[in-house]
Amino acid sequence: MATLKELARRPNRLTGGHRACAGCAAPVVARQVLLACQEPAVVGLATGCLEVTTTIYPYTAWGCSLIHNAFENVAATVSGAEAAYRALRRRGKIDREIRFIAFGGDGGTYDIGLQSLSGALERGHRMLYVCYDNGAYENTGIQRSSATPRGASTTTSPAGKVLPGKRQPRKDLTGIAVMHNIPYVAQTTVAHWNDLTRKVEKALAVDGPAFLNVLAPCRLGWVTPPEETMELAREAVECCFWPLYEVENGVWRLNYRPREKKSYIEWMKRQGRFKHLFQPGLEALLADLQAEVDERWRALLVRCGEPLEEERLQAVQG
Amino acid sequence: MSVKTVAYTGNEAVAQAMKQIHPDVVAAYPITPQTEIVQIFSTFVADGLVDTEFVTVESEHSAMSATVGAAAAGARAMTCTSSQGLALMYEVVYIAASLRLPIVMPVVNRALSGPINIHCDHSDSMGARDSGWIQLFSENAQEAYDNVLQAVRIAEHKDVLLPVMVMMDGFIISHALENVTFLDDETVRRFIGEYRPDYYLLNPDHPITVGAFDLFDYYFEHKRQQVEAMRMAKPVILEVGQEYGRLSGRSYGLFEGYRLEDAELAIVVLGSTAGTAKAVVDGLRREGVKAGLLKLRVFRPFPREELAQALRHVRALAVLDRSDSFGVVGGPLFAEVRAALYDLPERIPTVNYIYGLGGRDIDLEMIGRVYADLAEIARTGRPRELVTYLGVRE
Repeated sequence: MATLKELARRPNRLTGGHRACAGCAAPVVARQVLLACQEPAVVGLATGCLEVTTTIYPYTAWGCSLIHNAFENVAATVSGAEAAYRALRRRGKIDREIRFIAFGGDGGTYDIGLQSLSGALERGHRMLYVCYDNGAYENTGIQRSSATPRGASTTTSPAGKVLPGKRQPRKDLTGIAVMHNIPYVAQTTVAHWNDLTRKVEKALAVDGPAFLNVLAPCRLGWVTPPEETMELAREAVECCFWPLYEVENGVWRLNYRPREKKSYIEWMKRQGRFKHLFQPGLEALLADLQAEVDERWRALLVRCGEPLEEERLQAVQG
Repeated sequence: MSVKTVAYTGNEAVAQAMKQIHPDVVAAYPITPQTEIVQIFSTFVADGLVDTEFVTVESEHSAMSATVGAAAAGARAMTCTSSQGLALMYEVVYIAASLRLPIVMPVVNRALSGPINIHCDHSDSMGARDSGWIQLFSENAQEAYDNVLQAVRIAEHKDVLLPVMVMMDGFIISHALENVTFLDDETVRRFIGEYRPDYYLLNPDHPITVGAFDLFDYYFEHKRQQVEAMRMAKPVILEVGQEYGRLSGRSYGLFEGYRLEDAELAIVVLGSTAGTAKAVVDGLRREGVKAGLLKLRVFRPFPREELAQALRHVRALAVLDRSDSFGVVGGPLFAEVRAALYDLPERIPTVNYIYGLGGRDIDLEMIGRVYADLAEIARTGRPRELVTYLGVRE
C-alpha cells in the first residue's frame, strides 16, 4: 500500500477551490480515492453534492476526465464508458491502462440509482463504484434516504409532536452489493485514509466490478460543527455503527475491531439530527436504536468468523 | 460495389444496417416490436460477425445512459427502442442531445401506454420531438435501412453533432417482409468513415469535464447552440442524401413529393401510410383527379420553408397524424404544417385527420374519403371539420 508520503507526492486530481461546504467529507473521499489510483481515470458522478460543487461551468475542479449524466444513472453511464474502452482497445485505438470510477451519494446509490448500480455490478464491468454515504439527500436540503439512520430528523422525516424522526431502519446497501457475488466489496470512512487507500488499491486491481461504501459525515444534515467531520466518522466505527470490513471473492473480513465497543447513543448525542431523541420519555426508543446497531454488529461478527462480544469478554476474563 | 436484394423484415434490415455500421458499442434492451433487432444483433455478436461491445443493460434508461457514456468516451455508440422504452429514456434522451453526442437510435414506433398496446402509432417519437434529436421517418424497410446508414453521417458531421432517431412503423414495417437492397460492407464502411471525435473521455492527455453544472449565466447559450446545430443539420441531411443517392441509386431529401407538382388536393403523411396513400393517388389520377401527396422524411429539423414552397399551389390540404396532442387543435404534424403554411401569401384550407392509433388499420377506402373531403373543401373553400378522427367508433 502507498505510504502517506507517497500519496502526498501524487498529483491531486480534485483541486481545491470547489464549492463544497467547510467540513464536507465528499470531496475528501473523492480526492483520497483518486490518490490511491495510479492510472489515468475516467470518473463518473451522479447528480448530487459532489457534482454540483465541483463542476460549475465554466470551471471544473477535476484534473481527470469526468462525466456527469443524471441522478440515477452514474453506474450505467460509467459502464458505457468502460464498454467503449474495451471496444477501442480491442480495435487498437487505445493502448493505455485507464480505470473507471463512479461516485454517487446515498440518495443516488441506495435509492434512485440502485437499479442502475445492480445492473452494472451484474454485468461485470471493470469499474469501482464509490458511494459517499452522508445519510440523506443533503444536496436538495436534507431529505431522508434509505441510508438515513432510524430516528434521524430530516426535512422529509422531521421530528414532530407525534413522530420522532425517521421510522425505518437503514438499508444494508453494502450487503446488497455483496449478494451480487462481485470480486470486491468493502466499507470504510472518510477518516480512515489508510484503510480507504488500501481498499481502493484492492478494488482497482480486480478485473471486474468493485463497490466501496464510504461514510461521509455532512455537517449540515447531521447538524454538527464542521471541524468534527473526521472525528464523527472515526467514532462511527468505534461504536460499531459503521464497521470497517471487506468481502473479497465471497470471504468476509473485519478490518478493525474496537478495543472497547463504544456507545451508539453517545455518538447520536453529538449530532443535532438526533437531538429530539434525548427528551424524557424516549428512553425505550434509544435503547431500541442501540439494540439495532448491536444486532447488526453481531451479525457481521458471525459472518466474519470473529468472536462475539460476550465470547471476547469471557476470553479476557479467562 | 455490389448490391444484394433480399426479402427482409424492417427489423432485419435495421439489424443489417447496424452490423454494417459495426459500432464500437451497442447498449440495448428488448421491447416489442423492436426486440428482434436486439436479438439479431446478439447473434451477430455471438457468431463473431461483429466485435462490438454489446452491453445488455437492465432497462432502457440504462440503455441510453450507457450509450451516452460510451459516446462521450469516444465510441461510435448505438441503441434502439420503442414506445415505453423511449418514454423511460426521455430524461437521458434530452441529455444526449445537449451533450452533442452523435448517437444513432432506430425507433420502432409503437403506441404509448395507457392503455397498454403493442402496435404502431407515432405517439412515442412525437413525445421526443422537442428533445433536440434529429428525427427521420421511413416509409418501408428499404428507407429504414438507408436512413440508419445516413444517420451516422448526419449525426457525426462536425457542423451538426446531434443524435438521430430513425423511425419505422411497428409491425407494419418492422415485421413485414419486403425486398430490400443492401450495399456491400465495404461500401458502407467507406460511406460512414472512421469516427474521430475531437474531445472524448478516453484521452488521458486531454481530460475533459462532460455534463457540467450549467446555471443561468451559460445554460441559455448552450441551448442556443443546439438550435444552431439543428439549423446546420438541414444542409447536411441534403448533402448526405445526395451522396447516398450516387452510391445506391436512392437519393434522399427532406421529404418526397408524389405527383405533387400539379396537385390540387394533397395530403401530408409520415411513415408507412405514405405507401397506401400513393396507391390512392394513382387511382384518383386515373379518374382525372389532381391528387398528390407529400411524405415527410425529416420531422426534426422541420423543413418549414421547403414544405411551404412545395405545397403553395394546392387548393386543399389534409395532414394525417398517427398520434394526437390532447387539448390543442389536431396532432403534432398538423400543428407544424399549419404553422409552416402561415407565411404563404394565400391561405390554403388545411384540415387534420387523426388515424391509426394503437395500430388501427388504415386502408385505401379511408384515404379515398380524405381526398373526397378535400375535393369538397376545394369546391367550397372552407372545411366542415378542422380535425377528423378517421376509422374510430364514435
